[in-house]
Amino acid sequence: MKISLTIGSALAGLALSAVSAAAADIKPAVLYDLGGRFDKSFNEAAYNGAEKFKEDSGIEFRDFEIQNDSQREQALRNFAKRGMSPIVAIGFSQKAAVEKVAAEFPDLQFAIVDEVVDLPNVRSILFKEHEGSYIVGLLAGMASETGKVGFVGGMDIPLISKFSCGYKQGVVAANADAEVFENMTGTTGAAWNDPVKGGELAKSQFDRGADVIYHAAGGTGIGVLQAAADAGKLGIGVDSNQNALHPGSVLTSMLKRVDTAVYKAFDDAKNDAWTSGTNILGLKEGGVDWALDDNNTALITADMKTAVEDATNKIVSGEIVVHDYMSDQACPL
Amino acid sequence: MSAGRLPRWVDYVLIPFLNLAAAFLVSGLVVILIGENPLDAVRILIWGSLGYGEGIGFTLFYATNFIFTGLAVAVAFHAGLFNIGGEGQAYVGGLGVAFACLALDRYVPWYVTLPFAILGSAAMGAAWAFIPAWLQATRGSHVVITTIMFNFIASSLMVYLLNNMLKKAGSMQPETRTFEDGGRLPFLNDLFPSFGFGYAPVNLSLFVALAASVLVWLLIWRTKLGFEIRSFGANATAAVYAGISPVKTIVIAMLISGGLAGMMAINEIMGSQHRLLIDFVTGYGFVGIAVALMGRAHPVGIVLAAILFGMLYQGGAELSFEMPNITRDMIIVIQGLVILFAGALEHMFRPAIVRLLTPSRPLDAKEA
Repeated sequence: MKISLTIGSALAGLALSAVSAAAADIKPAVLYDLGGRFDKSFNEAAYNGAEKFKEDSGIEFRDFEIQNDSQREQALRNFAKRGMSPIVAIGFSQKAAVEKVAAEFPDLQFAIVDEVVDLPNVRSILFKEHEGSYIVGLLAGMASETGKVGFVGGMDIPLISKFSCGYKQGVVAANADAEVFENMTGTTGAAWNDPVKGGELAKSQFDRGADVIYHAAGGTGIGVLQAAADAGKLGIGVDSNQNALHPGSVLTSMLKRVDTAVYKAFDDAKNDAWTSGTNILGLKEGGVDWALDDNNTALITADMKTAVEDATNKIVSGEIVVHDYMSDQACPL
Repeated sequence: MSAGRLPRWVDYVLIPFLNLAAAFLVSGLVVILIGENPLDAVRILIWGSLGYGEGIGFTLFYATNFIFTGLAVAVAFHAGLFNIGGEGQAYVGGLGVAFACLALDRYVPWYVTLPFAILGSAAMGAAWAFIPAWLQATRGSHVVITTIMFNFIASSLMVYLLNNMLKKAGSMQPETRTFEDGGRLPFLNDLFPSFGFGYAPVNLSLFVALAASVLVWLLIWRTKLGFEIRSFGANATAAVYAGISPVKTIVIAMLISGGLAGMMAINEIMGSQHRLLIDFVTGYGFVGIAVALMGRAHPVGIVLAAILFGMLYQGGAELSFEMPNITRDMIIVIQGLVILFAGALEHMFRPAIVRLLTPSRPLDAKEA
C-alpha cells in the first residue's frame, strides 16, 4: 500500500513536471469582477487580452467569474493552490482578497487592475482614465454645434467621477462656454447593465440641447449609443472600441487598454520579465487612448485631429496636467 | 402544509427527496446539452460542498446567511405576509453591525461587541421593515410591493452613506475601514481546528443562526404572540373577530422578520468581511424566500434547506471552477430548477404517492 502510494505520487510528480515543461512555464489565470466575462466592457477587455495571449503563445489560461464577495478570496486561493501564476484580478473590489492571498503565496505572481496592493509579488495596474476622458472631451467640445454636451455615468462612485471630471476639462478646453450635463445611472451594481435607463438619460440630455454624449457606464452605455444613433446625434464609447456599434454615430471611443495590460502581465511572466510594483498607464504608456478607425474618420475633422494630437503631446510632456478627481475627491469644474 | 393522510416520513423525507432527484435529473440533461458529463458534475458539486473541510466550511457559511433570511421570510409568512424585502433589510442591518464594530472594536473583545452587533443589526433590519409593515397595517399598501421598493431605497441609502460618510479616506472602494479584532467574530476553524475548515469564512454566527431558529420555533409554536401570528395568517377575518389586533400583529411580525433578515449581516460583516462594503447581500435575501418555501416555514426545514442551498452555492462555485463550460449562470439555472421542483412543484409527485401508499383507503388528501 505504502509502496504503491509512493510510486503513484512519483508518477504524478513526473506527469506534472512533464506537462508543465511541455506547455511552457507559466499557468496564467484571470479572475473577473462581478460583471462577468462577457460584459462588453471592462472584464471582456481582460478576457480579450488573455485570449490574444493564448493565440500568440499557445499557452492556455484559466479564468473564473465570481458570484459574490466571499468567492474572491476563495477563487484566488483555488488558483494559487494549483500553482497558477501570474494571477490577474480584475477590478478594484479585489483588493482585500489579493492582499491576503498574495501574502500567503509569496512565490506566485499576482496582478490587480484599478487598485494598488503593496506587496513584493503584486503588480498593481492603474489607468489614467482622466487623460483619455480629457481627449474625448476635447473632441466632444469641438464636435458639438450647440455648445452643450452630455455625460452618462454608470454607478455613482469616485472612479466614474474621475472619467466625468477629465471629460469636462477636455470639453472646456475646446470651448470655454460649453455646458456639460451629467447623469449617473444608479447607485447599485445594476447601473452597469441598464441600457434602457441609459437610453432614457441620453434622450433627456438631447432634449436639453446636448448633441454629443460620452458614457462611462458599461452595458448601460449600449443604450446611450443607441439613443444617440436614433436621434441622429453623437455618442462616445468607452473601455473597448465601440465605434463599430453605430458607424457614423459614435464620435470616438475612450480606450482603456485592460487587454494590453493583461497581455503584458502574461507576456512578462513568460519572458521572465515580471516586475512588481505600481504601473500607472496613461496616454504616454498607451494605457488609455482614443479610437480612430473607418467608422469614424468622417466625423473627425483635420482640425480636431490636430488639436487632439497637440493635447496628447502636451499631456505626455506634462505641459497640460489633467486634474485627477480621485487625488482630492473634487473636480475643479 | 399539513401532513395529509401520508405517514410523516413520506412527507418530510420521501417527497423532498423525489423533488430534488427530479431537479437534478433535469439539471443533468442541461449539463449534457452543454457537452459535459453530468455524473462528473454531480461528483464535483457534492465533493466541492461536502467532500473536504474547507468545502463544508463554505457550505455552512452560506447556510448561515440562508438560515437568517429564510427564518425572516418564514415568520412573515406565518402572519400571511410575503416579505420580499429581506435583501434590503439585511443590507441596512449591515449598518447596525458596522456601527457597533466601528465604535467598539478598538476597546473591547469581540464577545462584548457581539451583543451590540446583534441588537444593532436586528434593530436596523426591523426599522427598515417598519414602514412597509405600518403602511400594510393601516393603509393596506401591499407589503410585497412596498418591501421590494424598500430594497431599492436601501441600496441607494447605503451607497450614499458609504460614499459620503463611512468611506475611509483615499479609497476607491465604497467601504468602511477594516475592523480590529474586537469587531471580528472568531472563525470556526480557529475554535475547532480539528474540523479542518481551512480558510472557509464560517464563523461563530452559525450558532447565532441556530439559536435564532430555536427562538423562532418557540415564538411561533409556544407563545401567545406566535399563536396570534399564526391565527392571523390562517384567517385574518376570524383572527380579528377573535380579538386579535391586525395592526399589532402585522407590525410585530414584520419587525421580527426584518430583524432576522438584518442579523444576516452579522455573518457577512462581522464574521467574514470585517468591513461594511457595498452590495454585500448579493441575493441572499431573495434566496431566503426559496429557503423558507422549501423548509415549509418550519425552522428545522429551513436549516436543512439552507444547508442544501449552501451546498448549491459552494458546490456550484467549485463546479464552475473545475468545468469552465459551466458558467455561473448555469449554476443559477440549476438553483432555479431546485426551487422549481422543490418549491413550486412540490405537490407534483404527491397524488401518485398517495395512490401508491393508500390503495384501499379513500382519497381525501384534499390539499394534494
